[in-house]
Amino acid sequence: MLESNIRFLENSFKKYYFDHFSSIKIPERSFEREFGYQKFNPGMIRHLQIKNENELRLLLIQNAPSDVYCSNAYYTFPNLPMNEKDWKEADLIFDIDAKDLNLPCRENHTVLVCNECNNVSKNALQCSKCNTSKLEKKSLPCKICINSSKTEVEKLKDIFMHDLGISKENIHVYFSGNEGFHVYVYNSQFQHLGSRERSELVDYILFKGINPETLGLNKSKPASSIFPNLDEKGWRGRFAVKAFGSKTKRSKEISKILKDKNISSTFQDLLTTVSENIGVKIDPNVTMDIHRIFRLPGSINSKSGLVKIQCDNLEKFDPYVEASFLSDDSVEILANCPVEFKLKNKKFGPYNDEKITIPTFAAVYMICKKLARIA
Amino acid sequence: MIALGNDEKAKYPFLTDAGEYLKDKGFSLVDFGTDPVLKLAVDKALHRIKVAAKGLVYKSNIVDGQASKDNVLELEVFSFLLAIVLIKLTGMSTLVKRFALAEARRAESYLKTDLGNASDNSKIDLATRIIYELFQIEVTKDNDFFVMSVSDYVKHSITFHEREWKLINRHVENGKVFLNPDKTVRLIRKELGNYINSKIINAPKPSMIPGLEGIVDELITISKDLTPTYTITTGEYPPCIKHAIEILEKGENLPHSGRFMLATFLLSKGQSVQQIAPLFKNAPDYNSRVTLYQLNHLAGISGSSTKYSCPSCEKLKIQSLCFATSECDNIINPLQFGKKRTNVRI
Repeated sequence: MLESNIRFLENSFKKYYFDHFSSIKIPERSFEREFGYQKFNPGMIRHLQIKNENELRLLLIQNAPSDVYCSNAYYTFPNLPMNEKDWKEADLIFDIDAKDLNLPCRENHTVLVCNECNNVSKNALQCSKCNTSKLEKKSLPCKICINSSKTEVEKLKDIFMHDLGISKENIHVYFSGNEGFHVYVYNSQFQHLGSRERSELVDYILFKGINPETLGLNKSKPASSIFPNLDEKGWRGRFAVKAFGSKTKRSKEISKILKDKNISSTFQDLLTTVSENIGVKIDPNVTMDIHRIFRLPGSINSKSGLVKIQCDNLEKFDPYVEASFLSDDSVEILANCPVEFKLKNKKFGPYNDEKITIPTFAAVYMICKKLARIA
Repeated sequence: MIALGNDEKAKYPFLTDAGEYLKDKGFSLVDFGTDPVLKLAVDKALHRIKVAAKGLVYKSNIVDGQASKDNVLELEVFSFLLAIVLIKLTGMSTLVKRFALAEARRAESYLKTDLGNASDNSKIDLATRIIYELFQIEVTKDNDFFVMSVSDYVKHSITFHEREWKLINRHVENGKVFLNPDKTVRLIRKELGNYINSKIINAPKPSMIPGLEGIVDELITISKDLTPTYTITTGEYPPCIKHAIEILEKGENLPHSGRFMLATFLLSKGQSVQQIAPLFKNAPDYNSRVTLYQLNHLAGISGSSTKYSCPSCEKLKIQSLCFATSECDNIINPLQFGKKRTNVRI
């Protein structure tokens, strides 16, 4: 990144941390967690222990980090190398990202930025300017992306509360600061589970690995009564709702399946169709990793300049209004952003290699996406 | 230690202090070599081991779950104790493993019956107490089901490779998993085996009992006949690794998890960081400095000196990196690909 861009981002981020520090809450039992941060120059500093808010404030102001992270795990010695930390337990965390939802809107707001010459293009295999194939995808998520992510969060919460016995107050939802949500589960029976056990929970939530027999298929003794009812708990009930829709349709659909000579493949077809949308589209790697450091709530995401914040009212939450905290001060930039976007209720773009003067929060958004630079 | 009745002592002899029991009955270990009264127990112990060595489960003289006659109980406990002594005297780990597994399966069948015995709450109570004492799993009864927390279930179910054990194939409700008696006990089979295994391993090695030398030699011969195996390696890469290499060769983006798999696989196969690094040259975000740093880190040359191992097939499936073919032949880690075990002795 250009030196002038780095200076601008550092100053903007630093101002945010200075003005809004009181709204950044240091996580509980912070002295048992590992902290880390990145600066705008590459390189990650990890294995830090932060005991209180003053130490966190010092880190943010002194280092002007691009990103700040904190572990979900609790250690006896968080500042030692990984194999000496003495892992104790970890909160359960789920990541839902719009980029993983295969949404059709995506191609409308995704561009390719050349890693060599910063040329911006759409739908190319190689850079039209320098011919390299080292292109990086940058997306400016739209309302559909955010709403679809919210739907996944709601599905996830339903499984937490009804299947996994997690109480509502122990589920915290955060906007990730870029394209999705992080869902935290505190104080649950799952705190002490290792990576392999967590991967079982992940498969459960993804609706992955289900046997047709679990959902009522019995090749040797097929019977209507063993197929799930709509009011059943867990995946059987959810499957019945999705596959059959109503009680009457259930009977009809099941009679059809039972009459079929090739009962297995008919049922498998139904299962495949239903499977596409029934599971929650979480990133499995995130939940399985018990040594990961996660973006600190209240900190800025350098992929967008937006803040990772807790969503108390998910339905009404608008990240492009509520997570944009940087200043309105005007700044002159050279923008090459072919996609229109909206921040703090103002529309911006598209820009075609134009010199423009816009508020800092919008300039930071584009510079973070590599779609602009300080003029 | 759980207080056991006579029936339970015979069914679950590994829960008793068999040595104390022997003393209470007025015997010591050396008596097994000479005392004609104990000859039956010696024969039974030998039979118990031989059956286990064949991979079968020994059938005891307990009738309908009851060791009603005193000598049945004595025979069961004595033969169990002596079998352990004999196995310890052979020093053969194959026998330890097979015996522990067979005894676990024997106990498992009793636990199943006890849990499934709807009319006898005391039997259900004892079985659930055994499960709690040995494995810290709290099991409660709910109508026809046994119920445990999801976290306890997954801690044990992950040792199974069959899909039916996946959490998604269970009835899960309000943080609990519902199982029938069979599945409840099957869940702990492996741990039961481990428990008996560790009991045998941790038992002090006895001195040779005069008169039993012939039996010990016979068991050593049996055990040697069982010892497998040598490994043939084809040298071919598994499909997941081939796929990852293809992606990189095409200059397409291989996710971080795929790069991790490829690097750890090749490092485990003995390739050096310098040999592996050029593979990543075509990656869209290739940076030689970062690549070397990461490879050195994975190899344990830099950083915490931890050498990272190749992820399991199960993990790769979740990461959509598995492209299994029939040649994978139920391996559980890509490193096992192309290795065939054979029972031919060399």
